[in-house]
Amino acid sequence: MNKTVDIIQGAEACAKGAIKAGLSFFAGYPITPSTEIAEMLSVLLTKEKKVFMQMEDEIASIVSIVGASLAGAKAMTATSGPGFSLMQEGIGYACMTEAPIVICNVMRGGPSTGDPTKGSQGDVMQARWGTHGDHAMIVLCPDSVEEMYYQTINAFNLAEKYRNPVILLTDETITHMREKVTIDFDQPVTLVERKRPVITTDKPYLPYGTFDDEVSIIGNLGDGYGTSITGMTHKEDGFQSPIPKIGEPLIKRLSRKIEKHADELFEIEQINPTAKTLIITYGATSRTAKSIIHHGRDDIGLIRLKTLFPLSDETLIQATKNADRIIVAEMNLGQIYLETKRALACTSKPIELLSKVGGALITPNEMLQYIEGVK
Amino acid sequence: MKGEKFINPSRIPSIWCPGCGNGIILHSVLTAVEELNYSKEDIIFVSGIGCSSRSSTYTVFDNIHTLHGRAIPIATAVKLVRPEKKVIVMTGDGDSLAIGGNHIIHAARRNIDLTVIIFNNSIYGMTGGQFSPLTPSGKRATTSQFGNIENQFDAMKLLKGAGATYLARIGTYFFTQMTKYIKTALQHDGFGVVEAITQCPVYYGRLNKMATPSDMLLWQKDNLVFKDRISQEKQEGMDEKLLIGEFANENTPSYLQKRKALLERI
Amino acid sequence: MKAKNIVINSKRCKRCGLCVTICPKHVYSQNEADEVVIDHLDQCIVCMMCQNVCPDFAIEVEKENE
Repeated sequence: MNKTVDIIQGAEACAKGAIKAGLSFFAGYPITPSTEIAEMLSVLLTKEKKVFMQMEDEIASIVSIVGASLAGAKAMTATSGPGFSLMQEGIGYACMTEAPIVICNVMRGGPSTGDPTKGSQGDVMQARWGTHGDHAMIVLCPDSVEEMYYQTINAFNLAEKYRNPVILLTDETITHMREKVTIDFDQPVTLVERKRPVITTDKPYLPYGTFDDEVSIIGNLGDGYGTSITGMTHKEDGFQSPIPKIGEPLIKRLSRKIEKHADELFEIEQINPTAKTLIITYGATSRTAKSIIHHGRDDIGLIRLKTLFPLSDETLIQATKNADRIIVAEMNLGQIYLETKRALACTSKPIELLSKVGGALITPNEMLQYIEGVK
Repeated sequence: MKGEKFINPSRIPSIWCPGCGNGIILHSVLTAVEELNYSKEDIIFVSGIGCSSRSSTYTVFDNIHTLHGRAIPIATAVKLVRPEKKVIVMTGDGDSLAIGGNHIIHAARRNIDLTVIIFNNSIYGMTGGQFSPLTPSGKRATTSQFGNIENQFDAMKLLKGAGATYLARIGTYFFTQMTKYIKTALQHDGFGVVEAITQCPVYYGRLNKMATPSDMLLWQKDNLVFKDRISQEKQEGMDEKLLIGEFANENTPSYLQKRKALLERI
Repeated sequence: MKAKNIVINSKRCKRCGLCVTICPKHVYSQNEADEVVIDHLDQCIVCMMCQNVCPDFAIEVEKENE
């Protein structure tokens, strides 16, 4: 093994992870604090003779990566709050057409223009439900520069496997920070490729009627099979249909193909799992929790959500069963807090919220003082 | 007949109203494709949302029916991923010039290798007859029931200013010339647009006292003027949006050609 | 040139009347049900305007062999 010890920026880890995963089409629009990802990919992709496009706005960016994906490319964009809001219709289009895409949203202070150069965790619920209509979403949340690299690769693999958008939900802190990584960038990684249809002459090809575990097996645009794609509710041949008997099973399948795998998709990291006081957190805020635990507090446990959605209620219930006190810590006014309350409602355990907004991280002192009840 | 082999027979009759000109444009595009000897595998159709955009779904080609206004960036991406294919965009006056306005001017600026067919029926048909950026002043629509007071784009001038390198405007009355311009656009390297004026008898026609499809088609015959058949002064003295013909045909490096040069250079 | 035959696909025809209007030789008319009727096949000069103006691929004009 040839591990490189280096100090790199989160954005660089993301860009390198994407290239490693086989990214061949990036389209984006500059927005702080995600711009560095685009800048790096403009060089890396061009050197590999792959496609980098700076589009005219975020809407063009998201829809063009859907188009690229459906034409066979592994495609990604990177943005932040205001751009993420503009992209929602396009994200829904990817859900309905079953286009594998990766969207990196680098959260910053919101709402609206907010505070472009400060981190936040305010887009969690938007990542899950930002686009209209019933749909599923896979949302990953790295907490270190090194994890950015691996979770970016994971995002592409999940997108190909489930033929759905995957959101790499990070924030300004993790993306802009520079820290030590020990990664062998040359080490081969397992890559997942979307399944290809088998075309036979005896039956017609049905792009939305041929499945692998409820995920459609769709020919790429340009393969010449007569693939027909639309964002309207559609029949198995891809032609639009307004008939409820057609629409209902389609909408349900699009969610079920991912939700039924929640238990395997929902990944958590646990420290001191038997502790009576548990902090549930994710992303940049996990660094604060890890800091106080590593400074000698074995009585405090951490459940770090590596996946935000789909959330496995059962996994969370099991992980919190020994705790008397559960504190959800996040840099928003309580988004995963509400999800935790929902998931653990049957246990009747009290759930507390330690929240901070405005751009500053929750400091280790602040977290300790909260836990100790010190005002 | 020519073009028919590219129609998916199980998907027609189309949803278009009797006498709607959109089917004439589709027939013309498919005829052009056949006359240029393209096969089914050579073509990818991309459409937006609207009556215009249903056209792609009636064909046997790989086709993608996208979001309102977004056919062009999607087509751009498809072309960049599959540069050996012919990517044809079927869009409408609202789809390409209202919600899609930003995208079409940037695609023109990039001179990206696409063939764009704008179905100009001067109305928003699918949503029931609202006015569009190409609805003439004074005309009635469901959201301009006292007469439209807005100005219109001249799509040929707008796109010329944005950098499009092949531009033609025609009407559904002129099938042969329409097919000829579409063939030229298909063979053009770079951003080629054919604006095809078409009739919407059920909304535009009915609201503006031209209720039959025939009335609307004959209006085209009486009012559209080939620009190379009249003098420059006469052109400037009339509503230039009624001029038909070719408005640009330039041979400058297309986006794909420039990209190829860049990749060779680095 | 003459037409050998004109075929109207009645399943596709939407009775819009464009072919009737466009024909320079009054080959067509519409009956009470608005269906297109070929009145004068012998007058057809194979200009193809009807086939070209039909939005629904419903008319096919077959040319006579020379």
